[in-house]
Amino acid sequence: MTSEWLDVGALEDVPRRGARVVRTKEGCIAVFRTADDRIFALNDRCPHKGGPLSQGIVHGTAVTCPLHNWVISLETGAALGADQGEVRKYAMRVEGGRLLLDVSQLRHAHAEVA
Amino acid sequence: MTRARELTAVRTDVAGPGDDAARPRLVVIGNGMAPGRALEKLIEAAPEAYDITIFNAEPRVNYDRIMLSPVLSGEKTFEEIIIHGDGWYVKHGVTLYKGHKVVAIDRARKTVTSAHGVTVGYDKLLIATGSVPVVLPIPGHTLAGVLTYRDLDDVEAMLLAAKSRGRAVVIGGGLLGLEAAVGLKEQGMDVTVVHLMPTLMERQLDQPAGHLLQQAIEARGITVLTKANTKAILGGKKVEAVELADGTRLPAELVVMAVGIRPNAELAKAAGLQVKRGIVVAPTMHTSDPEILAVGECVEIDGQVFGLVAPLYEMAGVVAAQLLGQSEAKFAPTAVATKLKVTGINLFSAGDFADGKDRDEIVLRDARRGIYKRLVLKDNRLLGIVLYGDTADSAWFFDLLRKGTDITEMRDTLIFGPSFAGEGARDPLAAVAALPDEAEICGCNGICKGRIIAAITSQGLQSLDDVRAHTKASGSCGSCTGLVEQLLRMTLGDAYNPAAVQPMCGCTHLGHDDVRRLIVAKALKCIPAVMQALEWKTSCGCAKCRPALNYYLLASWPGEYEDDSQSRFINERVHANIQKDGTYSVVPRMWGGLTSAKELRAIADVVDKFKIPTVKVTGGQRIDLLGVKKEDLPAVWADLNAAGMISGAAYGKALRTVKTCVGSEWCRFGTQDSTGLGVKIEKFMWGSWTPAKVKMAVSGCPRNCAEATCKDVGVVCVESGFDIHFAGAAGLDVKQTELLGHVATEDEAVEVIAALVQLYREQGRYLERIYKWARRVGVDVIRAQVFDDKDRRRKLYERFVYSQKFSQVDPWAERVAGKDLHEFRPLVEMPRLEAAE
Repeated sequence: MTSEWLDVGALEDVPRRGARVVRTKEGCIAVFRTADDRIFALNDRCPHKGGPLSQGIVHGTAVTCPLHNWVISLETGAALGADQGEVRKYAMRVEGGRLLLDVSQLRHAHAEVA
Repeated sequence: MTRARELTAVRTDVAGPGDDAARPRLVVIGNGMAPGRALEKLIEAAPEAYDITIFNAEPRVNYDRIMLSPVLSGEKTFEEIIIHGDGWYVKHGVTLYKGHKVVAIDRARKTVTSAHGVTVGYDKLLIATGSVPVVLPIPGHTLAGVLTYRDLDDVEAMLLAAKSRGRAVVIGGGLLGLEAAVGLKEQGMDVTVVHLMPTLMERQLDQPAGHLLQQAIEARGITVLTKANTKAILGGKKVEAVELADGTRLPAELVVMAVGIRPNAELAKAAGLQVKRGIVVAPTMHTSDPEILAVGECVEIDGQVFGLVAPLYEMAGVVAAQLLGQSEAKFAPTAVATKLKVTGINLFSAGDFADGKDRDEIVLRDARRGIYKRLVLKDNRLLGIVLYGDTADSAWFFDLLRKGTDITEMRDTLIFGPSFAGEGARDPLAAVAALPDEAEICGCNGICKGRIIAAITSQGLQSLDDVRAHTKASGSCGSCTGLVEQLLRMTLGDAYNPAAVQPMCGCTHLGHDDVRRLIVAKALKCIPAVMQALEWKTSCGCAKCRPALNYYLLASWPGEYEDDSQSRFINERVHANIQKDGTYSVVPRMWGGLTSAKELRAIADVVDKFKIPTVKVTGGQRIDLLGVKKEDLPAVWADLNAAGMISGAAYGKALRTVKTCVGSEWCRFGTQDSTGLGVKIEKFMWGSWTPAKVKMAVSGCPRNCAEATCKDVGVVCVESGFDIHFAGAAGLDVKQTELLGHVATEDEAVEVIAALVQLYREQGRYLERIYKWARRVGVDVIRAQVFDDKDRRRKLYERFVYSQKFSQVDPWAERVAGKDLHEFRPLVEMPRLEAAE
């Protein structure tokens, strides 16, 4: 599968230790920025009860879901601690202060759904 | 140095007219710890025995002078070391002249006269003028910037000087000098200790222990110069340097002289009482005048003077007994122990540990672990103890010493402590378990093991604070805290759960209270600074500690701290309540539960315009709009704002609702305007952030239709005014409120409630509701501070008012105006992508 990078905004559009969402017709992708300016993208649905991870508190390279405090790794998308579950992760990179999301994964995801 | 003295007299007449004339008059000169304890014992035994007047040269109430060092280092505040607040004097009908130095005693006419010209007659006089610091009469000792270390004024002067972060020289390497040095270092100064003798604290420690102590002090970045004789203090108007006899010059902006104290006996001498080094008293504490007693550091008994608190408290007991006519009560000095109040340095010494031909010693050294123990024996009995590094067995050794126990049987293993004295296994509680019931645990207050255990079992005590409240053990200098905790653990077993060691979260080993205290002590003003200074284990905390830190910083530094929205839970970040489907609910404020046609119309319009699916009346007399899409929030708020409504903070650890009934305006039973008072309270208090949510109510009569007696704070109106209740709950726990007190006016009610909430804001742990805070701290303790002590109440109220200046901004209006816009918009809307082949 070849990567297909799409510009979704500027790095400074996302607050440090915070998140914004990329809204697609099939649901939201949460784009996280850590304290040290690393960028991660996850499906914006907690594997537990679908809580919007983009609304959680970002700490280290993890986010705590606002609904029931599940802690999800931004690096792997897996639930940390005693909880079991995983959320889809998307490749992202930062180039010249712009955020690039690999949308080939989206097409692939759509294909799975279809 | 001259200081402005506050002139205040607290006077309450509890006794009816005529009573005063019947009661003998007791006048006390001085308001330190010794007379404070004497009066406490006297009043406890016979509350009406005397008509009592106190003259205090310091412009304040009785406080724990031993704890000045933690105030200097920033670990405690002055309020925390007060022994008797203003309320105590009022409650016991004691007249206190603050800032009144007594200048003359007329023994013939039996009167005393203060510098402000107040003359009071006495039947019995108690002199407790304490001690004065010794000032070396070297050149330059009167320069500005040369201080002694004796009272709160000295500490405040040192704290002011420390703000410059400059250089300080402490003259004197004894107990006080070292505590001052460590305190100043903690405050950011560059500190040198100059000590005349070869080793530190030579009166309490032998040489090896003195060296270990010096290493520990130096490891904190303090320079220690021993065998250093101060020749002069140099400077023009202000101190610039200290010059030693060998010619060394130490530049300094602050010099603290801590070279000892001497009894303050001038006044007694001028009155013609017998005075040598101190005021000479018999073991009954009477001076050479039978109507005059003396107590504390100003006295001399058998050629001995006293500076540590334990014997002073024993003297106080004798004074109280004598004043009650128990003529057999006598003071007999016993061995006393010394401990240094520097966090992280453990040392203990007691008795006589000088070398001598008739003495043996047992010594244990473990240089790498920094442990040194030395026991001095004479005729198979303990004569002296020096422990450094490991003081766990100090109470056991001290008990053997005081009792003069023959140690022949256990001599082989004596130095290893009680766990080896018998066959007992190496149980961490073995040392304390091995102590006999009469072994003294708290030297300051003379509390023995048996009494503490009896209090724990008979009164169901659960925590260190409980033990302190009921027995005073570990309530003065605190150095026996570890022993008291062991007694709790031993007595309660697994049921003992010391809250103090419960860390805030996995990111730190510190508990909530420590973190709060250190935020203030170290002047930490942002989350990264807290994490850096307190050695957080994670790079940027977690979802538990960050919101707590954000609150603590906000409450500690009103107007200075910049709120960190990324450390707030989503509800507080976007000022609405997240729902299970990711939509939000919106609750506008309805002051005291009142609304109007205009507000209801605006709400109805908003519901239609934004197709809000559910509208519900809440339990707190407001209207909840549920299912609002996040991006619609600012527009919904704009419409509500336009009709005059603001955020109801239904999402916040903050003031929620003030529920009311219709009160005297409509109800035939109403005694006061409960609705009006509810609105007044809500308008005054909205916007304030608190450790957890705060729900209030005002009922217009005891029928209590607003259900005020299960709220965090509730007011029940009665004909004569307002009963203020607090610490109720009707959630996870159901609990009726406690009565805080009764006030006559609305203004007073508002002041008490604001003071209560402010104390909660300052002491409550994050997410700890008021009823849990009250259970932890004690309802009586809270009442004493926010109700009985009117000075304290006013100060709390003023701090609340100050912090409100920064918090009464409607967060909805701010966001309507464009703040945090990124919260309410997606980064980007993506078009539908063609699925991959």
